Amino acid sequence: MSGPSDRLPATRPDAAAAAEVPERVTGSAGFGPDCYAPAPEGTDLVRLEDVYGLFIGGEMVPARSEQLAPTVNPATGETLATFSLGGAEDVDRAVLAARAAYESHWRDAPGSVRARYLYRIARLLQERSREFAVLESLDGGKPVKESRDVDLPLAAAHFFHHAGWADKLDYAFTGASPGPLGVVGQVIPWNFPLLMAAWKLAPALAAGNTVVLKPAETTPLTALLLTEVLQDSDLPPGVVNIVTGDGATGAATVAHPGVDKVAFTGSTAVGKEIQRTLAGRGRRLTLELGGKAANIVFEDAALDQVTEGIVGGIYFNGGQVCCAGSRLLVQESVAEVVVSKLRRRMDTLLVGDPLDKNTDIGAINSAAQLRKISELVESGVQQGAELYQPSCALPERGWFFPPTLFCDVSPSHRIAREEIFGPVLSVLTFRTADEAVEKANNTPYGLSAGIWTEKGSRILWMAERMQAGVVWANTFNRFDPASPFGGYRESGFGREGGRQGLLGYLDLHGRQAAGGDR
Amino acid sequence: MNTVATRAVPSAELAGHDEGVGLLPERLSGLPITPTDAVGLTERAGALAKRSIKTTAKGAALTLAVRCMDLTTLEGADTPGKVLSLCAKALRPEPADPDVPAVAAVCVYPELVPVAAAALAGTPVRVASVAGSFPAGLGPIGVRLDEIADAVQAGADEIDIVLNRSAFLAGRYRQAFDEVAASKAAAGHAHLKVILETGELGSYDAVRKASMLAMAAGADFIKTSTGKIGTSATLPVALCMAEAIRDYADAEGRAVGLKVAGGIRTAKQSWQYLVVMAETLGAPWLHPDLFRIGASSLLNDVLLQLDRLGNGGYPRPDKTVV
Repeated sequence: MSGPSDRLPATRPDAAAAAEVPERVTGSAGFGPDCYAPAPEGTDLVRLEDVYGLFIGGEMVPARSEQLAPTVNPATGETLATFSLGGAEDVDRAVLAARAAYESHWRDAPGSVRARYLYRIARLLQERSREFAVLESLDGGKPVKESRDVDLPLAAAHFFHHAGWADKLDYAFTGASPGPLGVVGQVIPWNFPLLMAAWKLAPALAAGNTVVLKPAETTPLTALLLTEVLQDSDLPPGVVNIVTGDGATGAATVAHPGVDKVAFTGSTAVGKEIQRTLAGRGRRLTLELGGKAANIVFEDAALDQVTEGIVGGIYFNGGQVCCAGSRLLVQESVAEVVVSKLRRRMDTLLVGDPLDKNTDIGAINSAAQLRKISELVESGVQQGAELYQPSCALPERGWFFPPTLFCDVSPSHRIAREEIFGPVLSVLTFRTADEAVEKANNTPYGLSAGIWTEKGSRILWMAERMQAGVVWANTFNRFDPASPFGGYRESGFGREGGRQGLLGYLDLHGRQAAGGDR
Repeated sequence: MNTVATRAVPSAELAGHDEGVGLLPERLSGLPITPTDAVGLTERAGALAKRSIKTTAKGAALTLAVRCMDLTTLEGADTPGKVLSLCAKALRPEPADPDVPAVAAVCVYPELVPVAAAALAGTPVRVASVAGSFPAGLGPIGVRLDEIADAVQAGADEIDIVLNRSAFLAGRYRQAFDEVAASKAAAGHAHLKVILETGELGSYDAVRKASMLAMAAGADFIKTSTGKIGTSATLPVALCMAEAIRDYADAEGRAVGLKVAGGIRTAKQSWQYLVVMAETLGAPWLHPDLFRIGASSLLNDVLLQLDRLGNGGYPRPDKTVV
């Protein structure tokens, strides 16, 4: 212990197993992540209807399309409820209801009045947060600890935040006279069903618009439960209309001539389709699309917290996150140590029942998504990357995928280029900061990036060069309603959250155009 | 007093450490010491604290907490009689239930080591003694080493000393290192636990450095706190030290134990620390050889919770033996 100076600076990652641990103490201690007793969250609060209609003009109405579809629990494959697939006629009714509410009173309602409804919605969400969290996990498959600790608090926070803006828009944009755009068509994804509804509804309503919202076809239930909150908040009929359905419903919503602005969160392919549809129509559009974020680790970083950040970055919500840190760029000098820490950490991840409060990784949202993940992982193996998956037992029913790590990944591999939208991490290495920048930006996407270093000047130097809408330093996947979120390039355009997010729902000179202050 | 013979390093040699100033813990331990990010560390500790420990897992955790406990009394008012009843409780925490195991050790001041040693002779329960000018750890090094040797001579199996924070915080790392090494030698066959007194170190980076320094100097255990200052063990501090232990085991192949102490009073706290150990260091560390909880009042709450698991209802608090 006393002559240290000539020791090699590198640690030997596999030595822990060989540590001088007394013989009798090895083996299971009868306690630990491998033998936590089941701790399921109760489902007694959640009451589901057998069949859901559409929320148009402030009430639930049957869909004129008369088309129904089941929504299933991805952890079991069981049908939870049947919901309506809104057709073109239903979308038309919803847009008309939104238009009527907009013109009759909502656009003229003082900001302080709009704020009152938003505050009510926020508080009602908080009051019913356990019910919403359980339903979110039932319908979408995400671990209940995430819906409980992330989705619900953030959804309520978005309503609170934008309630605060509603009567202060003039101060947010000095020299302008901001006014609403009109009827907004919003199409949201299945990975954060309620949270994305909150991200979309709160700024639109704060700015004085009315809304037609189309939830994702695999996760309509929390948006449908939200209609109860909207009704309980006394929000005037037609201000928010929710038309469930599939891709055709979404297409009808964005293409409807009565819609003044379209906001879409989802895949890049669909985003491009929407942009083509709306080209030349003078319609406002914001897109929040895919990503292939780089999580960049320098050798001086706090490596144990880096490990947590990498795990949170890619395995949060099973990697079904547009800003997931799916490419790990690690400085070569610490690559071996980081990968060793990462593998050991992956071994403690608990995959299974989304409703169990100890579950770290729940179910994959749909069979189609599971097929896509499996196919891309297969391509990674075939293209020669080195696969690591912990030997965790997956549930026999439902759609699950183990946390996956690929080493020896080349930037040309499909797993390094395509958005996988699953719990799959690709590890690449770099030697210099310039090389890290080059590799991080070598993607058609540009949504988010993470930088891990204890050196403040390097954080700033890197952040300036990242072609990404969001850059996190020594953390990842951190969201706040005050912080604008959005992308570059094929990750879309427009921001959500904060002052910048309001811009997407405002005409900065709207009141002048309409003949002065209302 | 038996003095010079037991010392590994003469006190005169330990007195001058000018050459040690600026010699960083990284050099002394021969290992890279990764920084600690306080935000990420507390977030991870918070997530571990939220693990839902129910039914069989709770039973296993509570039993393990008893087995890993250093039942402690460090009061000026301690009497031989009080130590004797503590020893009886250590051996058989729940007289009505022989399935409740004995605790790991009884921890007392050196003065009462002979009493505890006599009461626990021939049993699996060890005698632990604080020593080395506890709780400050700032007395003359010769005096501290003598106290360690005396306590071992009187029958202590384990010695809890306090890191010289004055030397450590002043950057006299060599001195702090040498004093731990000398204490280890003075303790001889007894296990040495080095208290970092993390509440006085000022940052998690310092906790990590002190952990590496103490382990490299020969500590068998590193321990959070004396329990004698305002800030004692916290979950993030325990996690920080567990991560240092993991790095040290990776590099050196030696498993060092962790003792958390001070302010741990409830059964729930005890299983939160066990979760930190289980998910950071793994099964080998879920054993009294490598994990201890130093506490005085914790045992009663653990026994109440164990009883409740067995009987399905909360028993009266006055049912437990003092």
